[in-house]
Amino acid sequence: MRSAATRPAERLFTVAVWAAAGAVAAVFAWMLADLVAAGAARLSWSFLVDAPASAGRAGGIGPILVSTLLILAVAIAAALPLGLGTAVWLAEFARRGSRAARRVRLALDVLAGVPSIVFGLFGNALFSVWLGLGFSILSGGLTLACMVLPILIRSTEMGLAAVPEDWRRGAAALGLSRAAALWHVILPAAAPALSAGLMLGIGRAMAETAALIFTSGYVDRLPGSLMDSGRALAVHIYELSMNVTGGDANAYASALVLIALLLVINGLAALLAERWLGRRIVTS
Amino acid sequence: MISSANSSSSRSRVDAALRPALFALATASAALLALVLLFLAGESWPALAEGGWRRFLASDGWYPASGDFDLWPMAWATLAAATGALAIALPLGVGGAIFTRFYAPPPLAAAFRRLLGLLAGIPSVVFGLWGLTVLVPILARWQPPGTSLAAAILILALMVLPTVALTADSALAAVPPDWLAGAHALGLTRSATVLRVALPAARAGIAGGALLAAARALGETMAVLMVAGNVVQTPTGLFEPVRVLTANIALEMAYAAGTHRAALFASGLLLTALVALLAWSAARVGERTNA
Repeated sequence: MRSAATRPAERLFTVAVWAAAGAVAAVFAWMLADLVAAGAARLSWSFLVDAPASAGRAGGIGPILVSTLLILAVAIAAALPLGLGTAVWLAEFARRGSRAARRVRLALDVLAGVPSIVFGLFGNALFSVWLGLGFSILSGGLTLACMVLPILIRSTEMGLAAVPEDWRRGAAALGLSRAAALWHVILPAAAPALSAGLMLGIGRAMAETAALIFTSGYVDRLPGSLMDSGRALAVHIYELSMNVTGGDANAYASALVLIALLLVINGLAALLAERWLGRRIVTS
Repeated sequence: MISSANSSSSRSRVDAALRPALFALATASAALLALVLLFLAGESWPALAEGGWRRFLASDGWYPASGDFDLWPMAWATLAAATGALAIALPLGVGGAIFTRFYAPPPLAAAFRRLLGLLAGIPSVVFGLWGLTVLVPILARWQPPGTSLAAAILILALMVLPTVALTADSALAAVPPDWLAGAHALGLTRSATVLRVALPAARAGIAGGALLAAARALGETMAVLMVAGNVVQTPTGLFEPVRVLTANIALEMAYAAGTHRAALFASGLLLTALVALLAWSAARVGERTNA
C-alpha cells in the first residue's frame, strides 16, 4: 500500500535519476559534437600523410602517425613477452595464495596506480639519461611498456583463470606436456581475453601524453630510426593547443584521428580474437 | 590448477625449463616496481639529503631558482581539484548506474553503458583540448580568467565519471536478485528498493570505484595542466588559477637541473605514495565485497 506522501517523493527520485543520466549523456554528446564539428573540416587524405607546416598550424600529421605507431610497436614488443610470461606463471604455475604470487600481484597493483607523469620521470631517468637513449622513440616506447604492463598481466591472468579446469585435466590425461597444453589448449581458449587485454594496453598507450613528453620528445620530423625523437599524436594535440596559437583546428582534427584509431584498434582486436578462437579450437 | 609433475611434464625437456623461465619473467615484472621506486628515490636524493623533508613542507614558497621548494600550495590545489571532481562525479555516476540498472528500458541502458565505455577510452589530452577551447571561454565570460580550479574540477569530473558509473553499475549488478525480489514482495517502492536495499548492498563496490576515481584524478596531468592556469598559489576561491603537483612536473622538467630536478622527482615520489595508498585501499575495499 502506498500512502499519498510517498508518491511525490517517488516521482522526485525518478526524475532525479533520469536527470542525472540525461545530464551525463548531454554533456558528452556536446563534447563529441564539438570534436566532430571542429575537426571534421580539416580531415582529408593529405592531412593524414603530409608533414606538419608552420609548427603544425598547417599541413598534416604524417610523420606524427609514423612516430606514434613506432612508439606503440616498441611498447608492445617489450611488454607482451614479459606480460604474457608473468600472467601464465601467475595463473598456471604459481601455487594458489603462495607468498611469491601474492607479492608479484601486490607489486603489479601498486605499479598500476603509479601516475603516468611519474612513469615519465622514471623513463627519463632510466632510459633517456642512465641508459643514454636520449629523447627517442625507444625511450618513449619502453616507458609506455612499463606503464601498460600491469593492465596486460591483469587481463591475461583473468582470461587464463576463466579456462575450464577440465581442459587442463583432459590435456594431462592425453599425455600432453605442460608446454603443449598451454600452446594448443589453454592459450587459444584464452585468446579473446588476451586480445582484449592487448587492446586495453594499446588504447592506454596511444592515449598517453604525460609519460612521453620527456622520453620520446617533441620532434615532428619523420623519424629515421628508433633512436630519433618522435612526437606522438597525443603529444601533438597537447603541443598544438597549448603552445601554438592558431593550432586549435589541427588539434581538433588530430584528436578525431586519435579517437578513430582507438575505435579501429578496439574493433580489430575483438574481430581477431573471435577468428583465432574459432580456428584453433575447432581444428585441434 | 593441476600438478602432473612426474607423469607428463618429465616427458618434455621444454616443460623442465618452462617453470623457471616464467618465474624469472614474473620476478622481472614485479621488480619493475622496485626499479621505479629506486630511480625516483635516487634522483630525488640530492634534494632530500640537503635539508630533508622540511624543505618541501616549510619553505617560503615554490621558488626553484632560490632553492625554495614548498609543496603545500600545489598539494592543496591537487587535493581541492580531486575532491571537487569526485563531489560532482559521484552523485552523477551513481545516478547513471541506478538509471541503467533500475530505470532505463534495456536498449537505452545498453546504449548508455556503451557511451560510458567510449568515454572511458577518450584520451585525457582530448578532454584538456575541449576544456581549453570550450569550457574555459564560457567560464571566462562569467568569471575571468577562466583557467581556474573550477575548470580543472569540471574536466576531472567528466574524466572520472565513466569510472564511477561503470564500477557502480557492476556493483549494483552483483546485488543478489533475491534481495530485490524480496524488497518488491514487501511492497517497497522502486526508490525505496534502490535506496534501502540495492545501494547499501553495493556500498563497498561503489566506494572502491570512488577510490579508483580519486586516484585517477590525483594522478591526472594533461587535462588539468591545460585548463587550470598553472599559477603556484594556495587555492582561495573556485575561480583562481592553480597549479597541481603533476602539472608542475610536466611544466618544469624540461629545464630543471640539479636540486630543482631532484625536487620534482621528490614530488613525484610523494604523488606515487598518495595514489598507491588510494589504489591499495580500493583493492582492500573490493576484497571485502567478495568475501
